[in-house]
Order: sequence, then structure tokens, then C-alpha cells
Amino acid sequence: MSVSQGAHDPASAEEEAAIAGTGLLPRIAGRFGKTLFSLFVTLFGLLLVTFAIARLVPLDPALAVVGPRATQAQYEAARKEMGLDQPIPVQFVNYLSDVVRGDFGRSNLTSRPVIDDVRDAFPATLELATLATLLGVLLGVPAGVVSAVNQGRWPDHVLRVVGLLGYSMPVFWLGLIALLIFYGQLGWVGGPGQLDVSYELSYELDVTAYTGSILIDSALSGAWDVFANALTHIALPVFVLGYFSLAYISRMTRSFMLEQLGQEYVTAARVKGVPEGRVIWVHALGNAMVPLITVIALSYAALLEGSVLTETVFAWPGLGLYITQALFAADLNAVLGGTVVIGVAFIVLNLLSDLLYTVVDPRAR
Amino acid sequence: MGFLPPLWSSRGTRLGASVALLFAASVFTAPAALAETPADTLVIANTIDDLKVLDPAESFEFSGGDVINNLYDKLIELDPKTLKMGPGLAKSWDVSEDGKTFTFKIDTSRKFASGNPVRAEDVVWSLQRVVKLDKTPSFILTQFGLTKDNVEDTVKKVDDETVSITVDRPYAPSFLYNALTADVASIVDEKLAMENASGDDMGNEWLKTHSAGAGPYTLRAWKPNESVIMEANENYPTVPAMKRVFVRHVPEPATQRLLLERGDIDIARNLTPEDIQAVENNDKLKVEDSPRGRIYYISGNQKMKELATPGVMQAIKYLIDYDGIANSFLKGQVVVNQQFLPIGFLGAIDDKPFKLDVEKAKKMLADAGYPDGFEVELLVRNAQDRLAVAQSVQNTLGQAGIKVNIKPATGSEVLSIYRARKAELTLEVWGPDYPDPNTNASVFAENPDNSDAAQLTGNLSWRNAYAAEATTKMAEDAVVEKDTDKRAKMYEEMQRIGNEKSPFVLMFQYQEQDGMQKNVEGFSTGGAVSSAFYKAVTKTTE
Repeated sequence: MSVSQGAHDPASAEEEAAIAGTGLLPRIAGRFGKTLFSLFVTLFGLLLVTFAIARLVPLDPALAVVGPRATQAQYEAARKEMGLDQPIPVQFVNYLSDVVRGDFGRSNLTSRPVIDDVRDAFPATLELATLATLLGVLLGVPAGVVSAVNQGRWPDHVLRVVGLLGYSMPVFWLGLIALLIFYGQLGWVGGPGQLDVSYELSYELDVTAYTGSILIDSALSGAWDVFANALTHIALPVFVLGYFSLAYISRMTRSFMLEQLGQEYVTAARVKGVPEGRVIWVHALGNAMVPLITVIALSYAALLEGSVLTETVFAWPGLGLYITQALFAADLNAVLGGTVVIGVAFIVLNLLSDLLYTVVDPRAR
Repeated sequence: MGFLPPLWSSRGTRLGASVALLFAASVFTAPAALAETPADTLVIANTIDDLKVLDPAESFEFSGGDVINNLYDKLIELDPKTLKMGPGLAKSWDVSEDGKTFTFKIDTSRKFASGNPVRAEDVVWSLQRVVKLDKTPSFILTQFGLTKDNVEDTVKKVDDETVSITVDRPYAPSFLYNALTADVASIVDEKLAMENASGDDMGNEWLKTHSAGAGPYTLRAWKPNESVIMEANENYPTVPAMKRVFVRHVPEPATQRLLLERGDIDIARNLTPEDIQAVENNDKLKVEDSPRGRIYYISGNQKMKELATPGVMQAIKYLIDYDGIANSFLKGQVVVNQQFLPIGFLGAIDDKPFKLDVEKAKKMLADAGYPDGFEVELLVRNAQDRLAVAQSVQNTLGQAGIKVNIKPATGSEVLSIYRARKAELTLEVWGPDYPDPNTNASVFAENPDNSDAAQLTGNLSWRNAYAAEATTKMAEDAVVEKDTDKRAKMYEEMQRIGNEKSPFVLMFQYQEQDGMQKNVEGFSTGGAVSSAFYKAVTKTTE
């Protein structure tokens, strides 16, 4: 990847100039320190904004706890117990000091610590998002390359139409139709939920919860029947979400590739007699990879947020469904806790794509 | 394949192909045959996202009732089929001459699921616990004059097999007995709960997510927003045929229908009218209708000048398309009921004095001084069915010149506004709390103090600033009327007066339509008076 004129990343170029001449390790350490600092600032900001919104919306968590029949005295008692009678800044400071100690409070909706709820919901979303992104990248990147190489010819048109459909079809509708055909009519895949009921019982008995992810835990426990059943259940939501991810990634790949293929270095490489395959897949795609990593990371992060509609259709107990239901039930501890997890996921993905830049783009080292 | 850009190694091609194959294979390995649920397991799809706590002293949600009713037994139990009262953990009961002391003979042969015997102490502790914890449903017991200060004396053990409850007035015995069939009166295993208590919470924190009852089932697992798994209690006198009950949270009705059609579940509890139609046409499935206790109504705040003008709320009662709504978008899901008592309750009447009559309503509005109508806000929860009703109401009221502005809001937002007496028209649903007519009379027809300072926020009459002068005294008298026939007559009269005077436009009673496999028998939703019963369910196998 010595030919890299096409890459553009002004931020890392500036950074490179600023830290030129120092050793590699201190630079990594410096970057890590910076990232850690930005992580704290981002999280603090996230908490502040979410907390403010949570207190400004006309939702009353105390009322949600005691319910419609409560007397005024019971309602007041609940308000006091939840600390809602304090001024809002005091509430925020109390909340922050709990969070720092790892206590995200208790969910009103489930009566369990928020951290336990999130620990249960996040792996379900993580499985789904990871497999869908994998599918999106494995199919979307080649599709984008094929499109770009054949710009204006029929493969390009076909792939763009496929992509456009992925852009414009409502996920809710596609999910239901897919369920109707592949589960309802053909019976090729498992139905909504993560497991068949009969396997859910053997999951309880045979599988040790190492990570919370059904696929990983059943594989680690050697419960291959559970694993196979889980696979048939996750296949359809993965295909639905993966299709949307594919549509986005292939479109972006196409446009990045078109930009690269028009560069002089490509012509130069061809003139020098470099094989066409190498020109496309190594030189051009290599450079297109830099902005593409951001695109993939963002699309992955968006899926990690939990696709509420997909999770609703497939009765998938993930984070998106959890946060949405919490919001409707004025369960603000749960909303805040879930938001922090998503915030951390975003930051971690950002960090990872930063690291990947340094691998892909020599100038960022 | 000329359009493919040349790959730079043939090894890459093979790798790519095998990855694709692997993925495809994983999809096609699934069984194509119709699934069937295990013969001794009942699998139900339901929306259970309102499930918050499983402590019977605190739970007050519909899904909570469906679980608790099966985990705990009460002193008096309802028969799943007839919904009539019968012995529970009490073998028999009696009331003293002065009508104030009730005694219960405890069936000490019974055991909790833990194996601990059911003792008089457990009964006393459980009922006292409700009063002491003072959570929302505690009023079902405290309305009999039980307070934190007197409960040690009013609920007590007489001997090892006898418990007495002393109330403050000579209430109608049926009133107390009915209240004791409510979830809040569940008998809790004191030893087990106290082993898990923290501080002075009497096990409240632990019981939110665990069970300690003597009911037909015990709680195996509850994963919020995902599933509830119950297992048969081997210590129950007649162990249920269904060894496990599995309730899965499936929020989308279309998904529930698919699961039912595929045979992956036995019962679907949230189907839409279209789904019900399809289930009825499927010869492997059936539909069971069950009228529930929830009442659909619109109320008019008497603090608003127009709505308080005599004749205006009466006119609105003639501006609702009762039959139109019940026969179109809510078909099968409601039946018209213009009274505050659901059919199935003592004193319920089937009078339907109102129908859509725009001309009559216009005349009434003109007589009231509003020939051109007025503008009013209709507060409604942003649920699809309620918004649809709101739109129909907006349309029909509009025909008489009343301009309705629909204000959709979340459930808790609606409640905040409503409880603060700040709503104008409110479209809401009310569900009875215990199977006695007083549960609805006390909120629709009784208002002991209509002042703002009274803060009777749980009372619907108070929320609408309706003084209920004509019926408050009657409602108070009815709870101490010993003659059950007379008592029923009193409720009938209160409802007829309400038709003429109250600002409540009572419209519908909910009807639950469950889709189920043909081989499922004995499932009871609990009808208008209770929650789901699983103990009588059987599944026949061909």
C-alpha cells in the first residue's frame, strides 16, 4: 500500500505534523490519553443532556411507579423515595455520584438494577448488529466495487436498484413480509424470539451464561442443538438488518471507488502494467477503505443502538426495545443507563476506527 | 461473468464462496415441518411490558395480575370457570352478630411451594404486611378501616387454625369477601419472605422478582420484556396438567398470529380483529371471547364552564356513534356498555339509553345556550385504538358544532394532567380493582369532598370536579347493606341516576378475543372480575 495519494484525512495529517519526530509508543499513549479524556467529556455531556431532557419532558416517573389509583400521599412518598422532590441540579449531582460508583439505579419498569437489564439486553443487540454488519460488509463492499467498475452498465444499474430498495423499504414491513414467507409459509427459519420454547428450557438447563450472547454461550457450553436453533432464529433479522446495512455500504463503496478510479495513480499503475485486479482490489479499494471504515463504523454503531422496529417485529429482547419501552413508561433511570451504553459503544467504535486508520493509512501513523 | 472485476487470487474466490455457503446452509438447516409445543407446557404470546413487580402487596398491572393469580392462593378463591367464590386457604368463614368481626378457618393441611406449612401466622402477616407497606393497592384492604396503627389488633390470630379481621363498620359481607379475592390479599410464605428481607421491607424488594406463595405455580424465571416461566407447584392439592407455563412477550399482533399459525404457541392474547378473522377461518385454531372488566369512557371536567352547563354532557352522550365504533374498527374487542358496572358484576344492568342522535343533541345544546357549539380539548393516550375512537368522537361531536381538538399524550402524561383536574374532555379506560360493585361506584358515583384541597386523585369523580351529590350517600350506604338483593338494587339505581346526571359518557366494556390451538381447553382470562387462570388448562393430543 505504498501508493496512497488518494487518501485524504486532514485531521490525521495535522496531527502527524504536530507529533512528527516523537517515538511510536509515546504517540500511542498520547492518543490513548486524549481518547480517554474525550470519552469522559463525551459521557458527561451525554448524561447532562439526557438527564436534562428526561427532566424537561412531561413524564412523571413517580406517577409511573405508583400507578393511576395511588392516593396523593402514596404519590408524594414515591416522589420522595426517588429523590424527585430535590431541585434538579441536586438530582443530577446525586445521579452522577451514583453512576461513578457503578450504580445506575433501579428500573421502575422491571424493578431490577438498570445495569442487570442492560447486561441482558445488550448481548442480544450486539449479536444482531455484529452479524448484520458482517453481512453488510462482506456483500456490500464487493457489490460497491462491482458497481463502480461497471459504472453506467447493467450490473451497476441492477446493484443500484437493489441498494435503492434497501434504502426505501420500511424495515418494519420488510421484516413482517420476510417472516410471513420464510417462517410462516416455508418454515425455513425459526420464528420470532431468540429460541424455540422447547430449546429455551434446555437453554436454561444446559447453557452457562458466560457472555449473555446465546450463540456464544451455547457454543462454549457445547449445546450445539441450542446453537443451531438460535442460528435459525437470528438468520432472518440478520438478513433484514444486513440488507439495510448492505444497501448503505455498497452505495458508499461505489462512490468512494469511483473517486479513486478517476485518480492519476490508477492510470499510472495501469500504464506500468500492474494487473487490473491488483489495481482495483489493492490500490483503489485500499485507499477507498479509509473513508469506508468510518461509514462501516457508523452503520455498525447505528445498529448497536438497537433497531426498535426490527426488535419489535421479531420479538427480539434487545436494547432498542428496552430503551423505547422505558421511555414510554417514564422509566428514566433505564433510559439514562441505556443511553450511556450506546454512548460508550459509539466512542469505542470511534477509537477502533481511529486505530484502523493507522493500519490502513500510513500517513496516520 | 465478464462484469466481475478480476479477483487477485483464486484462493480468495474459494474462501468467499465457502463463507457464503456456510451462511446459506445455516438458514436452510431449519426444520420445515410445523412445530408443536411440548404436551405438558402451555405457551402464550402476550404483551407483558407493563409487568413491573410481582409482590402481591404492590403489583397493580394487568400482566402482574395474570402472574400473581397463579403463584399465590388467597383465603377465598374464584373458580376459574364460573368465577364464583369458593374455599381457598380458608376452609370456611363467618361473620359476627354485629357484622364487624369476620373469622376464617385456615386449611392447615395446605403447604407453600417452598414446603413450609400454611399457618394462621402467615395469613395474619400477609394481610398486615399490605397495610404496613402502604403500596398503591393497599386501599382494597384499608377501605375497611384497617390502618398502620390498628392493623396489629384488627387482623389477628385467634388460634392455630383461626384468623379474625375486625372492620370499622358493619360492611356488607359480600363486599369484604369480594375484596379478599383480589391479588393484594394473596397469602405469602412469611418464613421464606423474611429470610430474604432487607431492612424492614418485609421482603418487598425480593418479592418483586421472586415468588413465595401456595398457588398452583411457582415462578421459575422472569426476564423483563422477554418472558415469564412458571412451574407447577408440586405441593398444590391438585397439581395442574400443564407442568410449565411459558408467557412470551410478543409486542406485535401480526407476529403473534404467525406464531399461532405455525404451532409455536398455544394461545395468542393480543390479536387484532383482522387476525381474529383469519384464526376463525383456520380449522386448526379457534377463538374464545371473554368480556373483561375494563370500561371505556369519556369524562367532562366540571371546572370547564361549557361542560358544567346542565344539558351539555347529556348532549354529548347522544353524540357518540356507539354501534358504529363497536361494529367497525373495534369489532369483537368491545361490547357497548353505557353503565359504570361491567356485565358480570353484582348490580350490573344492560340499559342502553343513548344512541347517536345529532338532531336531538343539537337541540339540547341550543337549550343549554350553545346553539353553535364550542371548542374543547380531548385528552387521549396515544394508542392506536384510543386515537381511532377519539377521531370518531371528534367527527360526531363536530356534527353538532362542538369543535374537538385531540390532544394525544403518553399514558403517564395523561394521568398527570387528569389527576391535577386540568383536563377538559378525557378519553380513558377504567378497570375494576376487585370483583365488587363498590370498586366502580366509589369512583364513578361517589365523591366525599369535591374541594381542590381534598386531593382525592384516585377518584374519577373528583378528577372531573363532579360532586356526585345524588349518589355519594347511596354509594356509602350500599357498602353496609347486608341484603345482597337490596344492595344490587342500590347499584342499579346509582347507574340510572348517573345516566342522567354524571359527566361520564360510558361507552364500552372490553372483550378479549384469544386465538388458540383447538386442543387447548380450560383457559380462563378471569373475565370481568379476575386475572388469568392456568391451573385448569389441558391440552388433548390426537
